Amino acid sequence: MTIVLRLINPILGLIAAPLLLGIINKTKAGFAGRTGQPLLQSYYDIWKLFHKGAVYSRSTSWIFVAGPLIGLGATVAAATLIPFGALPALVAFNGDFLLLVYLFGLSRFFTVLCALDTGSSFEGMGASREVTFSALSEPALLIGLAAVARHTSSISLSQMFVSTTSDTWLEWGPVSVLVGLALLIVLLAENCRIPVDDPNTHLELTMIHEVMVLDHSGPDFGFILYAAALKMWLLGQILVGVAVPVHSGNPWIDTSASLICMGLLAILVGAIESSMARLKLLHVPQLLVGATTLSILALVLLPR
Amino acid sequence: MNNTADIVMIFLVLTNLILLGSSRLIACIRTVAVQGIVLGLLPLLLNGWSLELHLVIFSAAIITLKGIVFPWMLTGTLRDLKTQREVEPFIGYGISIVLGTVILMICMWLGSRLPLSGPATSPLIVPVVFFTIMSGLFLIVSRKKALTQVLGYLVLENGIYAFGVALVDQQPMLVELGILLDVFVAVFVMGIAIFHINREFDHIDTDKLSGLRS
Repeated sequence: MTIVLRLINPILGLIAAPLLLGIINKTKAGFAGRTGQPLLQSYYDIWKLFHKGAVYSRSTSWIFVAGPLIGLGATVAAATLIPFGALPALVAFNGDFLLLVYLFGLSRFFTVLCALDTGSSFEGMGASREVTFSALSEPALLIGLAAVARHTSSISLSQMFVSTTSDTWLEWGPVSVLVGLALLIVLLAENCRIPVDDPNTHLELTMIHEVMVLDHSGPDFGFILYAAALKMWLLGQILVGVAVPVHSGNPWIDTSASLICMGLLAILVGAIESSMARLKLLHVPQLLVGATTLSILALVLLPR
Repeated sequence: MNNTADIVMIFLVLTNLILLGSSRLIACIRTVAVQGIVLGLLPLLLNGWSLELHLVIFSAAIITLKGIVFPWMLTGTLRDLKTQREVEPFIGYGISIVLGTVILMICMWLGSRLPLSGPATSPLIVPVVFFTIMSGLFLIVSRKKALTQVLGYLVLENGIYAFGVALVDQQPMLVELGILLDVFVAVFVMGIAIFHINREFDHIDTDKLSGLRS
């Protein structure tokens, strides 16, 4: 029974992840006064891609084929580590937050390898940017999680989120705000959202993540889109777990509150995307260093 | 952790970091203004909103000067200038923020080595005040424009002021008001000096002034 209970959370993530993109797109359409694409468009896109054939360039090697699979695999593995609301994580052990960060790193590493494997100059450019920015956003995520670990005196994600209660807000309100802000910036940067990257553009000179996957087609591209949606869901789960700790005791209330918060988060991301312009490429590192600084502040300013 | 003094201190750290990382002069002036207003509320916050007359007058004076008069004077100066942003500082903005974090950590360490004799309202006061003073100094040495250096001077003064207010239980109002008057005169004179530098040289880069010596 417990294993079934533990399986609910990752499966929920696998099912609901693309919906987040749908909510974001609906919000953006609402801001622009359009009807926008259907809420489930991301599902249709992924479904359509799975039924297409893939085209491989003669200059690519097996890495190009394996990359999207490894990327999706690493992201799904990461999905087993994060608890959500009252739903426990499938796997929990001491130090699993490090594994989480490095699973994201692994997925990114193979995306970059695929991009370099094609030999396209555009994709090399995108890869270089992606690596630069993720090298700056990774410390923000890691130090932010370390700050939470230090508050709750536990180094397992499950334990961290269970120990983060509404009392945390009363005692360490400023620290929660700092970590929450840092995680929000990381979420925007890692998922190629607007202050950092524009998910709508198909202009190689402005985009970062999108340019690396130009040569993927069919099911491979579907895997990449799905992994990206899942990654957004996971980072959202972390943010919601830290910022809105609901532990009322009733599992239904906790879980549905967390789900509603995920929806609100998607709307927030949509609102940010609609109201802000993309930053100049040179200013993005500044934003990410700022996020790291917020995380460090949260870690340093703790009462001793 | 949840006491208001702590929140004010964290706010102080954040405004300092914003100052270190932003290039637009008008944004810097506004940040310093907000910092001044929050610091003006600090004496009231620390005494638990007890609305004694001398505290209220003191707060009102601080808020009027630091939150309204200084920004107004500096914005007026800025309007006459051609430059609206700090271009090519000696130390770039990203590195400034990183250095700011390093300075903050050094200040935290320093603060832990300097325990206060009296009952401290917040353990963050000593490190954050040091950090504010240091970031004011950092702004003065790392930026070229005279206006940013005036802002650095104001931040430095804010730090010293916060130290006095937070540590001394009942600060002698006369002393603080005297300092405030000095700062007012200083900013006034600096505003005029910037205006003259600008008229004479068509820029306010202070590093070029050293060429006058030879």
